[in-house]
Amino acid sequence: MAYDLSRRTALKGMLNGAGVVVGVPLLNAFLDGNGEALAATGGAAGGAPMPVRFGTWFWGLGVNPTRWFPSKTGPNYDLKPELEPIKAFQSKISVLGNFSVPLDGAPNLPHGSGGPAIRTGRALTAERGLPGESFDVTIADLIGSRSRFSSLEMSSTGDARNSLSGRGGGNLNPSEVSAAGLYQRVFGLGFQDPNSGTFTPDPVTMARRSVLSGVSEQRQSLLAAVGTEDKQKLDQYFTSIRQLENQLDVQLTKPEPLQACNVPRKIPELPVNAEIENVMRNHEFMTDMLVMALACDQTRVFNMMFNNGASSLTRIGSTITHHQLTHEEVLDNRLGYQPEATYFLTRIMEAWVYFVGALDKVKEGNRTLLDNTLVLAHSETEFAKFHTIDNIPMMLAGTAGGRVKSGIYVDGIGTPVSRVGLTIQQAMGVPVDRWGTKSMETNRTITEIMA
Amino acid sequence: MILKNSGLKSKALMLALTALPVAAFGYTALQPAPIAAQSLSASAAQAQPGQIVAMRRISESQYRHIIADVFGPDIRVAGRFEPIVRPVHELISSGASDAAISPAGIEQFDAIARVIASHVFDEKHRSQFTPCAPLDATKADDACAGGTLAPLGRYLFRRPLTPSEQAFFTGLAGRAATRSGSFAKGLELSLAAMLVSPNFLYVIERAEADPASPGSLRLDNYSRASRLSFMLWNTTPNEALLHAAEIGALTDQAKLSTVAESMVKSPRFEQGLRAFFSDMLLFEKFDELAKDPVVYPYFNQEVAAALPEQTLRTITDHLLVQNGDYRQLFTTNRTFMTRVLGPVYQVPVSKSKGWVDYQFSPKDDRAGLLGQAGFLALYSHSGRSSPTLRGRAIREVLMCQPVPNPPGNVNFTAVQDTANKAMPTARIRLSEHATDPTCSGCHRITDPAGLSLERFDGIGAFRATENDTPINIAGSMDGSDFFGGAGLGKALADSPSTPMCVASRAFEFATGRPSENAALIEALTKSFGSNGYGIRSLFLQVAIMPEAWRVRASKPVIESQVSFADLRAKNP
Repeated sequence: MAYDLSRRTALKGMLNGAGVVVGVPLLNAFLDGNGEALAATGGAAGGAPMPVRFGTWFWGLGVNPTRWFPSKTGPNYDLKPELEPIKAFQSKISVLGNFSVPLDGAPNLPHGSGGPAIRTGRALTAERGLPGESFDVTIADLIGSRSRFSSLEMSSTGDARNSLSGRGGGNLNPSEVSAAGLYQRVFGLGFQDPNSGTFTPDPVTMARRSVLSGVSEQRQSLLAAVGTEDKQKLDQYFTSIRQLENQLDVQLTKPEPLQACNVPRKIPELPVNAEIENVMRNHEFMTDMLVMALACDQTRVFNMMFNNGASSLTRIGSTITHHQLTHEEVLDNRLGYQPEATYFLTRIMEAWVYFVGALDKVKEGNRTLLDNTLVLAHSETEFAKFHTIDNIPMMLAGTAGGRVKSGIYVDGIGTPVSRVGLTIQQAMGVPVDRWGTKSMETNRTITEIMA
Repeated sequence: MILKNSGLKSKALMLALTALPVAAFGYTALQPAPIAAQSLSASAAQAQPGQIVAMRRISESQYRHIIADVFGPDIRVAGRFEPIVRPVHELISSGASDAAISPAGIEQFDAIARVIASHVFDEKHRSQFTPCAPLDATKADDACAGGTLAPLGRYLFRRPLTPSEQAFFTGLAGRAATRSGSFAKGLELSLAAMLVSPNFLYVIERAEADPASPGSLRLDNYSRASRLSFMLWNTTPNEALLHAAEIGALTDQAKLSTVAESMVKSPRFEQGLRAFFSDMLLFEKFDELAKDPVVYPYFNQEVAAALPEQTLRTITDHLLVQNGDYRQLFTTNRTFMTRVLGPVYQVPVSKSKGWVDYQFSPKDDRAGLLGQAGFLALYSHSGRSSPTLRGRAIREVLMCQPVPNPPGNVNFTAVQDTANKAMPTARIRLSEHATDPTCSGCHRITDPAGLSLERFDGIGAFRATENDTPINIAGSMDGSDFFGGAGLGKALADSPSTPMCVASRAFEFATGRPSENAALIEALTKSFGSNGYGIRSLFLQVAIMPEAWRVRASKPVIESQVSFADLRAKNP
C-alpha cells in the first residue's frame, strides 16, 4: 500500500508538470528488493543486463511419432525425417518426449484436453475455457510488468478466440489476428522509440493514467457487495486495469537505449484466413513484428498460435481441412503415414524454424535474442488420427539467458507433462516448488534441462 | 452553472426520447421527469447498494446499441472487442456470466472509450450533451460538469450514480479541465472513465430483501430494468424503464407485466430477437466461415455476410411481421433475396441493392431455415458438404440434444477415402462409418437427418449428383422416415424437442444461465404451445415468470481475506 501511495503521489507531481522519470523505477526497486525478479532477469556477464523473455509457440494435430521423435536421448539426438527441418538450430532446441497427460477419469475431449493440460497442469473437465491459470500468465505477472505489454498473443489463422493463455474459466487472452493489427498495437500510438535521443512524456498519456487510477478507486465499493464467483471476475478486471496503468507508466518513463531495437516499417492489411499460404505469410510477418517488440522491450512474454487444435488449415483445391485429413486420409501402407495430412506438418515445422531463426538473427551483446528467450513449442495431440495425448511433441528453444540447457532430447519416461510447466516456471524465476492438480501434481523438476 | 433548458436537448439522449414512445407503456406513471434534477435526487436515496448476484459482460452488439442509443448513431465505435467465449452447448449469453476482461481486452475497451468520448465532446456534438454552459470554457465548473455527467452516468450504469460516484466523476472532470485548460476536455476524460468502468462493461445485477418473503432476496428494480432491456431489446434501459425502476414498478407483478408486454410489442423487440437467434444459432461462426475458392468460386466475403442476414430476415419476418408459429420456421418457403446471393441460389434478383421478398417453389426443396444457404454452408466443410455436421447441428442447436464428441483414444479404422471412385457419394462413404460400432452409435443420431440435405453442396447450392452419381435424399429422424429438405423440415416442426429447445434457450438468454429445472422448461413450453408458439408470447412469459427473477444467493466475500489475485493486483 505504501508503494501505491508513493506512486500515486509521484504521478500527481508528474501530471502537474514536475518530474519525468517517476513511478516505474520505484516499482522496479521494490520488486528487485525481494530477489526473485532480479534472478529472473539474469543478465549477461560483463554487460548491461538483458531482459529474459518467455513465450510459447503452438501447433495443432501433433506429428507422426515414429517419424518425429528422436531415439537417442541427451545431446546430439538423431533427427528423424519430420524433425530434420530444425537441423540448423539443433544445438539451440531441446526435444521433450514421452510425458503423459493423466486425466483422472475426465474425458479426453478431442483436441481440447492436451493443450490446457500442458499450460495449466490440470485436466479439462468441461469445455468452459481453461481449467486454471496458464503458466505463461504466471510468468508474465512476474517478468511482464516492466515492459509495455505484459504479454502479446497472436494467432496466424485469424481466429481471436484461438488462445491457450488466461487466468482460467471465462478469462482467455484473445489473440491478435493480423500483422498490421499487431504493428498498430505495438508500434502505433504510444510507442516510445528507446533509441530516439529525446523524450517528452505525452500529456494525453498522463491524463489517461489519471483516468485509470480513478477506475481503480471504484474497486472497494464493488468488492463490498460482490459474491465469490463475481469477485474472481472483478479481481481479474482490476488486474487488467493495473496492467494497463503499468503500460502507461512505461510510456511515461524515458526508455533505456536498446541496440537491437529497429523499429519496423508499417505493413498493409493482408488476407487472414486458414489457407496455408496465407497462414505462412501472416505468421512470418507477425513473427517479424514480435521479434522487434521483444528487441525493443515492448513485451517479455508472448504466445503464438500457428494454427488451432483441430486444425482448420486448408490448401487451395483440397476439399477437406488438415483436421479432417488426419482422421479420414488412409494410412499409406507403403509410406506408413498419411501424406496429405503430413504435408501440413512439414509446413508447420518450416514455420517453426522461421520463428526460431528470426529470434536468433537478432544480436544482443554476446548472445542472440533467442539465447535470452525460452520458447516452449508444443502441440495438443501426439498422433491426431487417434487423438492420443500421451507423448505430445514439445520443444524448448533458447536458454533463457543461460538458465536452461539446450540441444538435448529428454525422455520423460511416462511422467506427467506438468513437470514441463513446473520446470519452465522455475527457470523463469517463479517461486513454485509444486505445480498441477491430482495426478498431474508434481514437484519433480526436469533436472536434465536446468543449467 | 447556467441552465440552458430544464431537460436535455431532444437529440442528446436518443434513447430517452425517440427510441420508444413512452406512451406505448399505456400509463402516465412512466412519463419521464426532468432528467438532471431527478437523477441527483434519486442518487441520494441509492446510497446503500444491494448485494451483487450476477455480473454479465456486455457483448459487442450491446455495446454498439448502447452508444448509438445514448449518444446517437453518428458517434463512432471504432475498435475490436474481446470475444466472449461460448461454453459448449450453451449460449454466449451464459459465457458472458463467466467472462473476465483480459489485459488486451481492457486495452481495446480503453481505446474504444477514448474515441467515443472525444467525439461526444467535440465541437460538433458537445452542445447536445451539455445542458448548461460553463462559466468559463477554459476552466473547471463543477456544477455544470456534474449536471452533464449525472444523466450520462445514469444511462451508462443503468441506475443513478451514487453520491460518491457523482463526486468522483465531477472531480475527475474538474482536475482534467484545470490541467488541460478546457472544460470540454475534462468532460471527455470523465466520460472515458465511465466507459471503462466495470459498472458499464458489466451488467451488474443486485438483490434486495424481498418484503413479500422475509429472509429471501429478489432482484432489485434497476437490475430488472437492465435485464428486461437487454433481453428484449439488446440495449441499455431507456428513460421509461429507468423511471419505472425508480418508482418501484418492476417489482410489482402487474406493472411488470404491462411493461414487458409493451416491450415485446415494440418494434425494438426485433433487435432483441436478432441478438437471441444470432446467439442460439451460433452466428459467430460466420466470422470464420471460409470456403475453398477453387471448389466454390461463387462464395466470397459478401456472400458470407449476406447469409446470416437472410436467415435473420426470414426469422423476424415470420415470427414478428407474420406473427407466425415458431415451428413453421422449418417448413416455410418464404424468404428474402439480395443480389449477391443470386448465384448461390441460381435465381435472378431484380433489385441491385437491398433485399426483396422471395418464395421458393416446392420443387426447390428448400424448407425453412434448413433449406437456406446460411445453415447449409455453415455446417459443411470448406470444400464439401457434411451430413454429419448438419445432422449434429440440427440435434444440438435446434433440438438442444448434445451429441457426444468422437471418442478420444480410439482408432478411426473405418476411414473414408475421398478419392475412392467406388464411394462416390457421402451416403456410401458414411455407411463405412456406420459399420464400426464405436462410430455408429453417434453417426446414427446425426447422419440420417443430414443426408436428406445432400442435394445442397458445401455452400448450399443445388446439385442433383455427386461425382456423377444421383443423390439419394431419403432421411430419417427419431423413427420417422422422409424425403429431402421438406420432409426433414416437417419432421423438425413436428418434434416436441423443437419448441422446447427454443423455450429453454429463451430462459437461458434472459438469466445468463441454462436452466437446470426440467419441469420449469416443460411448463414454459406448454404455455408457449397454448399461445400458438408465438415468439412474443414466449419472451413475455419468460420476462414475467417469477422463477426467472429468483435470486441464487452466492456466498458473500469476507473482506479481510486477501487472495493471491489481490496481491498480484497490488504488487505486480
